[in-house]
Amino acid sequence: MPKHADLKKILVIGSGPIVIGQAAEFDYAGTQACQALKEEGLEVVLINSNPATIMTDTNMADKVYIEPITLEFVTRVIRQEKPDGLLPTLGGQTGLNMAVALAEAGVLEAENVKLLGTNLDSIKQAEDRELFRALMKELGEPVPDSTIVSTVEEAVDFANEIGYPIIVRPAYTLGGTGGGICADEESLREIVASGLKYSPITQCLIEKSIAGMKEIEYEVMRDANDNCIVVCNMENIDPVGVHTGDSIVVAPSQTLSDREYQMLRSSALNIIRALGIEGGCNVQYALDPHSFQYYVIEVNPRVSRSSALASKATGYPIAKMAAKIAIGYTLDELRNPVTGQTYACFEPTLDYVVSKIPRWPFDKFQSANRKLGTQMKATGEVMAIGRTFEESIMKAIRSLEVGTYHLEMKGASEIAEEELTARLIAADDERLFLLGEALRRGWSLERLHDLTKIDFFFLHKFHKLVAFESELAQGLTEEKLYTAKRLGFTDRKIAELAGQTEDEVRALRKQHGFTPVFKMVDTCAAEFEASTPYYYSSYEVEDERIETGKKRVIVLGSGPIRIGQGIEFDYATVHAVWALQEAGYEAVIINNNPETVSTDFNTSDRLYFEPLYIEDVMNIIDAEKPEGVIVQFGGQTAINLADKLAARGIKILGTSLENIDAAENREKFEALLRNLNIAQPPGKTVTSVQEAVVAAEELGFPVLVRPSYVLGGRAMEIVYNNDELLEYMEKAVKVNPDHPVLVDRYMVGTEAEVDAICDGENVLIPGIMEHIERAGVHSGDSIAVYPPQSLSDTIKQELIEMTTKLARALQIKGLLNIQFVIYKNQPYVIEVNPRSSRTVPFLSKVTGIPMANIATKAILGHSITEQGFTPGYHPEEAMVSVKVPVFSFAKLRRVDITLGPEMKSTGEVMGRESTLAKALYKGLVAAGMNIPTHGSLLVTVADKDKEEALGIVKRFRMLGFKLLATAGTADYLEQAGLPVTRVNKLSEGTPNLLDMIHRGEANIVLNTLTKGKTPQRDGFRIRREAVENGAVCLTSLDTATALLHVLETITFSTEAMPAQRSGAQVAVTV
Amino acid sequence: MRARLILEDGTECVGTAFGKVKETYGEVVFNTGLTGYQEVLSDPSYCGQIVTMTYPLIGNYGINRDDFEAVRPYIHGFVVREHCDEPSNWRNTSTLDELLKAYDIPGIAGVDTRMLTRKIRYHGTMRGLITTSDAPLSELLDSLRSTPLMTDQVARVSTKSVFSCPGTGHRVVLVDFGAKHGILRELTKRQCDVVVVPYNVTAEEIRRLQPDGILLSNGPGDPKDVPQAIRMISEILGEYPIFGICLGHQLFALASGADTMKMKFGHRGGNHPVKEVATGRTYITSQNHSYAVKEESIAGTGLTITHTALNDGTVEGLSCPEKRAFSVQYHPEAAPGPYDSGYLFDRFIEMMENAKEESSHAKTR
Repeated sequence: MPKHADLKKILVIGSGPIVIGQAAEFDYAGTQACQALKEEGLEVVLINSNPATIMTDTNMADKVYIEPITLEFVTRVIRQEKPDGLLPTLGGQTGLNMAVALAEAGVLEAENVKLLGTNLDSIKQAEDRELFRALMKELGEPVPDSTIVSTVEEAVDFANEIGYPIIVRPAYTLGGTGGGICADEESLREIVASGLKYSPITQCLIEKSIAGMKEIEYEVMRDANDNCIVVCNMENIDPVGVHTGDSIVVAPSQTLSDREYQMLRSSALNIIRALGIEGGCNVQYALDPHSFQYYVIEVNPRVSRSSALASKATGYPIAKMAAKIAIGYTLDELRNPVTGQTYACFEPTLDYVVSKIPRWPFDKFQSANRKLGTQMKATGEVMAIGRTFEESIMKAIRSLEVGTYHLEMKGASEIAEEELTARLIAADDERLFLLGEALRRGWSLERLHDLTKIDFFFLHKFHKLVAFESELAQGLTEEKLYTAKRLGFTDRKIAELAGQTEDEVRALRKQHGFTPVFKMVDTCAAEFEASTPYYYSSYEVEDERIETGKKRVIVLGSGPIRIGQGIEFDYATVHAVWALQEAGYEAVIINNNPETVSTDFNTSDRLYFEPLYIEDVMNIIDAEKPEGVIVQFGGQTAINLADKLAARGIKILGTSLENIDAAENREKFEALLRNLNIAQPPGKTVTSVQEAVVAAEELGFPVLVRPSYVLGGRAMEIVYNNDELLEYMEKAVKVNPDHPVLVDRYMVGTEAEVDAICDGENVLIPGIMEHIERAGVHSGDSIAVYPPQSLSDTIKQELIEMTTKLARALQIKGLLNIQFVIYKNQPYVIEVNPRSSRTVPFLSKVTGIPMANIATKAILGHSITEQGFTPGYHPEEAMVSVKVPVFSFAKLRRVDITLGPEMKSTGEVMGRESTLAKALYKGLVAAGMNIPTHGSLLVTVADKDKEEALGIVKRFRMLGFKLLATAGTADYLEQAGLPVTRVNKLSEGTPNLLDMIHRGEANIVLNTLTKGKTPQRDGFRIRREAVENGAVCLTSLDTATALLHVLETITFSTEAMPAQRSGAQVAVTV
Repeated sequence: MRARLILEDGTECVGTAFGKVKETYGEVVFNTGLTGYQEVLSDPSYCGQIVTMTYPLIGNYGINRDDFEAVRPYIHGFVVREHCDEPSNWRNTSTLDELLKAYDIPGIAGVDTRMLTRKIRYHGTMRGLITTSDAPLSELLDSLRSTPLMTDQVARVSTKSVFSCPGTGHRVVLVDFGAKHGILRELTKRQCDVVVVPYNVTAEEIRRLQPDGILLSNGPGDPKDVPQAIRMISEILGEYPIFGICLGHQLFALASGADTMKMKFGHRGGNHPVKEVATGRTYITSQNHSYAVKEESIAGTGLTITHTALNDGTVEGLSCPEKRAFSVQYHPEAAPGPYDSGYLFDRFIEMMENAKEESSHAKTR
């Protein structure tokens, strides 16, 4: 059946900001969908609040709305655009929930919009636990014993009936938010209570735990003609119990016989047919490792993270096909885009092994609970392809960028046996490496299986890797070297084990001709001819690359999404690729993140799905012989490879390595600023506690302290006095001459940020952004405003001049980003990043200047003027745009949510309007804030902040907010004449302020950090309680002021009429 | 031990010997299934062939008692990237290596099987030789090129005598050209009273068994190598409901006057889309064939094309309603592969029922 003739205009809903459980995969899916629909000549209208996405580029859809994905705003877009159809299945849970809300509010019916892909009933049947279980029963598909509860008591009753352990799954939540496994009544009560709160319909599924079974997933597709296919199945190495998003996954399944494979395949097709889904769907199973018994765990009636993984793992573009099916095509009419000659109605077959390892944010959140359970905690993932399991998993490990390039981790050998045992039983982010350690200690596979329930197949493989280490340690032979490479060992590890240098191993390898070949990912295991330029390396015989003889450039991607390096860098990478192509080059990309647009094989001329590890990158360079490599778009991942590449004689295109170093090396940078006569906050490098004390005294408190050897704001802190300094120096860092600590004066000023493009000569500054939160809050966690609202023209002019000077001095070819603090009307440079930054997509979108494109062409030697742009400061736009950070605190227990110098946000949204207040409103709403217009404000602020907080609190009071405060703050507020309800501190007995937050009696919590970061502190618990109960929690007075600004704009204050003046002053007329 | 796989075009793949160490000849074919190696290597249709699996890890879940498609394997050699010596599955009883040793089948591992598959795709199916000898390539090639391909595979794999699998339902005569156990499983699951007969059974012998229907099984090689079966089928066509599978389908076509051809490299795997002409529905099927019915030979035979391969358009299903006969080129019994086409056995049962009903009407009338 060809496409529906009555569809002319389609609305696509994106997935909004990146949060844990919903990452870049939906940019990939949405981008594919928009392209697929436009190909069919349909008019596409897109709404997504996330500016850092490719899908929100104005050429991706006919109309792009970067607006909040809320009923209010989407309805507005629908009324304005009058689309014929709505495609809700490509925007993750957000898109799906929005579609349900629109349908239930009657908007779709009123505006005559057809829901495409999956109908409302199917969505509900898959998402509503009770309906889902009824359907499974009807189909004869087994589900674990379970019940639906809407109170804690019901849950306890059920648990008493069927016994513990019990799994709690809140209905309609993302990535399992609020769920968990409970071993006893106490934890059950706690988790159900929080689960009910997170579930928008106050519903939880309470289920008999099937932890320990094999976890298997099927990605299936169906069209309106009832044709059904399985795109891919996957097996989790971590058995049931760890969220699939937090599990190490392989594709295809490795330990299932054909009977088991087909049994689950048939079940998955049964389910997608019963749900009547037209598009993609994901079914998760638990399979008993000792029988054919299986259970259906979950169904996602939409494109998911697993679909992105399955698409990259097989080459089959699920989202694209799902979009075509949604508008009426059937699978047998659609061509398989990989082969071009066969059809989309077939099941991909793999001739390689795919591994996925999640990337967790625990390097940033050291206090977080690292245990893995039913609630997802990973921010991103890496994927690797190999011809053996060993090759595949080893590549995945070195793609992670967690400081290891082998099945091992630093410090593991010091872990006590007891701890090792405990951490093997209850999985955390390091279990894979702990398995390696246990094997090195000679633990038996039976013991490891008992502890982890991981299938023997995988344990044997890990054992093989560890056992081969000893082989290598006994001396390197030609044969062993070849075997080691086929097992995925790096030259570096082989060298370490064999007591040689890495260069020697590399030389020996080349001497024997042991270099990898490149194989194609083609969906069909070479059965049909394919021309997809999608490659992976392997130590095999035949190389399949096709030599085109064209000049080409390699662009390094940014690897897995993590805090501090998000989708923004993929955005820039993709634009760099496009710009290279426009400039007549063949663009080659190396990346390992399966969620992204950059790893769509349609994006570049050649895609190498490989680790961004020097050995792997060099292998590709040796084969491709590029003109050079571009490192400035792939974040720190790519920049970190620059010196290693240069040392091997590879040409780095763009800003030179020396100049990158001049910006990143503190001493060189200080010298440069001195030469240019540019101010920088005064600071010192110290190598002992004593020196630190002296330095702080000289600089004056507060000071900003951080270790020089850690990047990205980790372990950075503001200290206000000597005691705090000493505590920091003694506890937080190990200071010594090899590991100096930087002490800078902390200037409490306005922060501003500039992104600029330089061709080595001319500098184009698309815009200046001003941060709402004062310096001290990481720029990635601040609300950024464009154009600046409070900076004077003089200051702006100074910023422009400083940027221009720095760009020229550093001979920047490409992008640069500068952070400033404006203190007492004087701008200081905080840091210069000679690369693409987090704000490039935002600024590109609000100014209309394609920054990464211009930068890439500048790198290739085309001047800014030659490209038709005028150097200098681009005229400011009239509309105000804000970039608001989005956090995933609800998913990360025990993480302090307070804003500080360490970045914590996972994503961002944009609000664009005619005034700052309106833009902020949109931004905050889009970020998920439920802006309370009345209610109560709980205030508990540090002494240093009380004076400033008073003004803010007064304004809340004027808006009618009831004030709650603990003793100290209450005294202060009362002295200022404000009526305050006193609440107990934690130490003052119940009911205390936690109880109030828990009961939902505090709508807004204003809490500033007192001191220290130890989680036991009251402030920490208050903030966590606020997050876990969905209250608005403000930890910065600046954010509070911004929110007030919005509230004052959208509401009216009420004030009594002034009293009549007394007789003495009023003339009485008789 | 070092082993080599030599193809007739001079390609040489070096690997390690596993299974039985001996020299073997055969036609080299590839199968794209991700699972089901045990079913593949025990499928009699592979008799005389050296099979390479495109999926690189083979043997992961071991070998179990239940998943054989014949009492013993008939393949001539097995080529894999890696065979697993530490299999893991609750039904596992031995390793792939042990099985091949037990049945004297040589294997070669460590081969770039993707390269091998690409060679076959370009050049078509080729003869091959697995050896552990250090003889020079030219010598081995001479020997390979002078070794003719087998033509008597059906006789080798078919049952030598008639036997019965009693049931309470329709009596089905299963003509065994190398029948997979899966076909028997599907019939007995439907309570059929099955009588298995050798490939060279005569029409008269079949009539004596008074069947309700006849199932022409799958089997190895070129259908034209079993002319006696073609004769037998043409004799009984129209007397009993007939269901042909794979080789049985080709024989049915030949008996009806159509023609068959050898394909470049055939269809082997569990992911082949087949379109049902009547409904436009597409099914994912399990396939294993080197030969196909020529589409242009159908005209005038009274046959109708019911199914076609979505990708290359080749004939995948035929029917002749007047004669109550139909056939498919693929494997509705799955094993290995998807279960989507199991309904064809129901259709066969239905056909037998209808035939009975009509004949009883005829008798009462």
